[in-house]
Amino acid sequence: MSGLALRDVVLRLDGRALFAPLSLEVAPGGVVTLMGPSGCGKSSLLAWLCGTLDPALAGQGSACLDGMDLDGLPPERRRLGILFQDDLLFPHLSVGGNLGFGLRPGLPRAERRARIEAALVEAEMPGFAARDPASLSGGQRARVALMRVLLAEPRALLLDEPFSRLDAALRGRFRRFVLDHAAALRLPVLLVTHDPADAEAAGGPVLHLASLATP
Amino acid sequence: MRLPACLPVLLLVAAVLLPVLAGLAGTLLPAFGHLPALGAVGWSLDPWRRLLDEPGLAAALRLTLVSGFGATALALLSVALFCAAFHDRPLFRRAQLWLAPLLATPHLAMGVGFLALAAPSGLLVRLLAPLLGLDRPPDLATVNDPWGLALLLGLALKEAPWLLLVSLAALNQIPAARLMATARLLGQPAPVAWLKVVFPLVYRQIRLPLHAVLAYSLGTVEMALLLGPGSPPPLAVLPVRWFLDRDLGMTFPAAAAATLLLVLTLAAILLWEGAAALAGRAGRRWAASGVAAGARLVRLGGWLLPLLLLLALGSLGAVLLWSVAGPWRFPDLWPRRLDFATWAAHREGLLALAEATLRVALPATALALALSVAALEAVARHGRAAWPWLLGLSYLPLLLPQTAFLLGLQVLLLQLGLDGGLPAVLWAHLVFVLPYVLLVLAAPWEALDPRLARSAAALGAGPLRMLCMVKLPVLLRPLLAAAAVGVAVSVGQYLATLFAGGGRYATLTTEALALASGGDRRVLGVFAALQAGIPLACYALALLLPRWLWRRRAGLRAA
Amino acid sequence: MRLQRRALAPVLAGLAAALRPATAGAANATDVPAAPPREDVPAAAPWERLLRRAAGQSVNFHAWAGDARTNAFISWTADRMEALHRIRLRHIRLRDTAEAVARVVAERAAGQDSGGAVDLVWINGPNLLAMKQQGLLRRIADDLPNFALVDTTGKPATVTDFTVPVEGLASPWRMAQVVFIHDAARLPEPPRTMLAMADWARAHPGRLTHPNARDFLGATFLKQALYEMVPDPAALARPATEATFTLLAAPLWEWYRALRPHLWRQGRTFPESGPAQRNLLNDGEIDLMISFNPAEAAAGIADGLLPETTRSYVLQGGTIGNCSFVGIPFNAAQPEAAMVVADFLLSPEAQAEAADPRKLGSPTVLDLDRLKPGDRQRFDDLPRLPGMLGPAALGQPLPEPHPSWMTRLTADWERRTAGGAR
Repeated sequence: MSGLALRDVVLRLDGRALFAPLSLEVAPGGVVTLMGPSGCGKSSLLAWLCGTLDPALAGQGSACLDGMDLDGLPPERRRLGILFQDDLLFPHLSVGGNLGFGLRPGLPRAERRARIEAALVEAEMPGFAARDPASLSGGQRARVALMRVLLAEPRALLLDEPFSRLDAALRGRFRRFVLDHAAALRLPVLLVTHDPADAEAAGGPVLHLASLATP
Repeated sequence: MRLPACLPVLLLVAAVLLPVLAGLAGTLLPAFGHLPALGAVGWSLDPWRRLLDEPGLAAALRLTLVSGFGATALALLSVALFCAAFHDRPLFRRAQLWLAPLLATPHLAMGVGFLALAAPSGLLVRLLAPLLGLDRPPDLATVNDPWGLALLLGLALKEAPWLLLVSLAALNQIPAARLMATARLLGQPAPVAWLKVVFPLVYRQIRLPLHAVLAYSLGTVEMALLLGPGSPPPLAVLPVRWFLDRDLGMTFPAAAAATLLLVLTLAAILLWEGAAALAGRAGRRWAASGVAAGARLVRLGGWLLPLLLLLALGSLGAVLLWSVAGPWRFPDLWPRRLDFATWAAHREGLLALAEATLRVALPATALALALSVAALEAVARHGRAAWPWLLGLSYLPLLLPQTAFLLGLQVLLLQLGLDGGLPAVLWAHLVFVLPYVLLVLAAPWEALDPRLARSAAALGAGPLRMLCMVKLPVLLRPLLAAAAVGVAVSVGQYLATLFAGGGRYATLTTEALALASGGDRRVLGVFAALQAGIPLACYALALLLPRWLWRRRAGLRAA
Repeated sequence: MRLQRRALAPVLAGLAAALRPATAGAANATDVPAAPPREDVPAAAPWERLLRRAAGQSVNFHAWAGDARTNAFISWTADRMEALHRIRLRHIRLRDTAEAVARVVAERAAGQDSGGAVDLVWINGPNLLAMKQQGLLRRIADDLPNFALVDTTGKPATVTDFTVPVEGLASPWRMAQVVFIHDAARLPEPPRTMLAMADWARAHPGRLTHPNARDFLGATFLKQALYEMVPDPAALARPATEATFTLLAAPLWEWYRALRPHLWRQGRTFPESGPAQRNLLNDGEIDLMISFNPAEAAAGIADGLLPETTRSYVLQGGTIGNCSFVGIPFNAAQPEAAMVVADFLLSPEAQAEAADPRKLGSPTVLDLDRLKPGDRQRFDDLPRLPGMLGPAALGQPLPEPHPSWMTRLTADWERRTAGGAR
């Protein structure tokens, strides 16, 4: 089957489960929103999916992307795109360098440049390739971060509260920007947030992750 | 094949500990009479009897304790008072920048400069000579004094900037501003408030560097030879002197003396912590008492460190001045002429020695960087499976007197009939370079946002590409800083070079110390200036290169 | 292999001597049998072979490095060896010659009988005796072509070091003699005996010192005084025993006990070396110092290290003189090249360079009468500089006491001065 599927996933810290076993499915073009209090393991769940779980935690259960078991695959071969609260643009690379970072290797140079420029046009920032990421506005940086993820041609998109740092006016616009692009590319989206407005805008099913850990 | 996650950490710790442990064994066995190469098998207390018979032993012990504890206490006191008095001044934040030249200067060059400043015929006396009507230097032991006070001060000059640096780093990790605001709203004047609420937290963070300062001050050979008295010398000099005696039997008391120094150092660290605990208790009582007096005293004491730093800078200046001086007799305040004749006359020797110095410093630093990056990266990736707790052991060489294991290492090398040579020198340097490189790199490495790496992974970057394309460039500044520190540490090594190289590997440092026992001060000035110049250039490069490379990257320019 | 060569050497040397043609210039060689200038000797086969083997080798020359001029001379020697024989001479800079002795002793203890670290070592006195007694040196002098030029009768120190017969185990390369150096502007009439020196020091406290007695020059200061204090100096030629030392050194220590409080720093500390002492004289901290180099004052003036008014003198009863040697340890890695260096140090070229007061100013070990006129001219052309003493002013040097005296003096002095305070 296509899309992203999680079955009986549990994360443990020192043997204690952080939340009850979780199963969910996201179809291509669909969005599932995951809500829960901070510290319940939402972000760690995404890290586990990416294969970059903090070594202090242990994960259990299975995850499939387009029918392929993710378990055992190194992070760089999982083809998952992730956006964090912060844009996390690489500070030592130009805007173009950041966008090119995830492009498939082996593309001809002209092709790479064309894709990067097309992504910048898409982000309403034509001609920004040589700019220093630190010189961009918050909205611009967020859009570059999304474009960087999309240029890597992911097969699913993970969103780790990527809208929470933006101010109210910008938040709605960027949310639309992200969700529209995901829908257009028919990517399954797993959205982690604690903002009900995000869930509402996403429109898909909403799961509440109950914390088992006592603070 | 998959390598175990703990391999990089194990490799690093082994690189440091193998020579240390082997060296300790090589010292301890002869100290108790066992050295088959000299036909001594089994154990005996003769080495200790011979050591106790040494007429100057008591004086040597006193000297070591006075200069070791004194230098550490003076450095800490001056740094604490300075921070308390000036933490809210704009100048304070910029301290790191003007500390750089003092941090880069090796101990030896600083000591040579201090000698040129403070000796009876030194610059300070020359300044006063017209006032006092002196036409000859006073017959006063202002250096090499039998109490080791010049040694104490010379050590403090070099250790105070280092303690200030680690204190500044510690300040960044504690909520000092909020604590200060709270304490001041509760009625405490700023300097007192700082001592009461911030200093205890800083102290807890700088304990390891402080212990290293204490161990170095107690165990230093090069500074003791330079600034300490000759007969009797501080304890650390005795084993070296005896070991180099033509009577090989002296190896036994030498080993016993080195063992005594080891025990003394470990006991001193315990004693220091005991005293610190008592002082801490008294301090808490003082903090709780609400007494707010003493601000003026602290402000006054705050000038102690600037005074020390001024002396240190003056020492550096004196080295440079002597290196370009023509004939310069007492009581002339200025050389009869300035020229580069001494530099020119020793050009070839200087070049050869600089090359020999770098031939150790650069590979040792590169190795230390590679081992540190591999270990830190393994810890970042595998967490506990990489055995991060082991890393603490690599700081051990900083807490032991160098003589204690370097002596044994030389005994072992000789016993095995191994030629010291470059590999041995390189490894001995690595033992001291690695802990410092790791110390500089560890914090920035751990502080790096892990999501940066996760983003890169999600974008398809494998571990190697992530390291080379993301982590190393982003961490370029601390990497270069660690490299500069590594080079500075290696360039400054005296005993490690002397013993591991079997006395045959000459560097700027060994050469400068050979000249320091007397000789032409201008030549000594040239060697010391170059010895300081190499690390200084590295520091400057570490400071300027990222600025230039990242001149178009605002995100990396700050900090 | 090495043993064979050693056994053959005398035979071959004898053969070479027999084949040597008589020369007109040999007439003045009276007391040494048939030792004409080297240039006239036809290529002695073993030496030529040795030269060929030595080419391309490198020599680790372990030598005390406390004197900048000597270091410069060694560096000049290195340049000449490279140019003449393609030999790379590395100066291993020692703080104390004992370090090199310890190294060789340790190597033998470890069973390292070849490929040793020390190829050539500058040595004399107790260090030479120690190496001789332990059989650590090769017999080299007789195999060196230039050794025939050495003035072994006029300068007996070239074959008898500190009363110990060298027996060819080391080759001489420079003469040294104690002189005292003073700034004539500050001290026009320096004391001429050690006894007078104590009186002078009492009248001028803090103006005299000597290097630490662990340093050879410091020990020499004590030996020079000992010479004046013993009733019969001949006793010093015999090894010191506990009994003879206690008896004969007693007046010395009595003198020293009276002197020490009036020394620089009240005799609590001492300069670590000769050069350190020279800095004190230059700065005016002291007015008088001991030196082992008759040209030191001249050199110091020329280098800006001593005031122009510095002068040298010797004591009334004469001063101790000795000779510096180079030796080759039994396990040297490159003995052939080391031999070539030792021979070069005896060449008129090197000896004249060393004797040049602008360079080193060390009196030569050679008998100038045995040199060819051209070589002789090198020495005649050397300038006389202010502050240095000529051979006549130096007088006949006193022989060094047996090394055991120096060893005991140093140890006893350390015991007496330990603790700083008296």
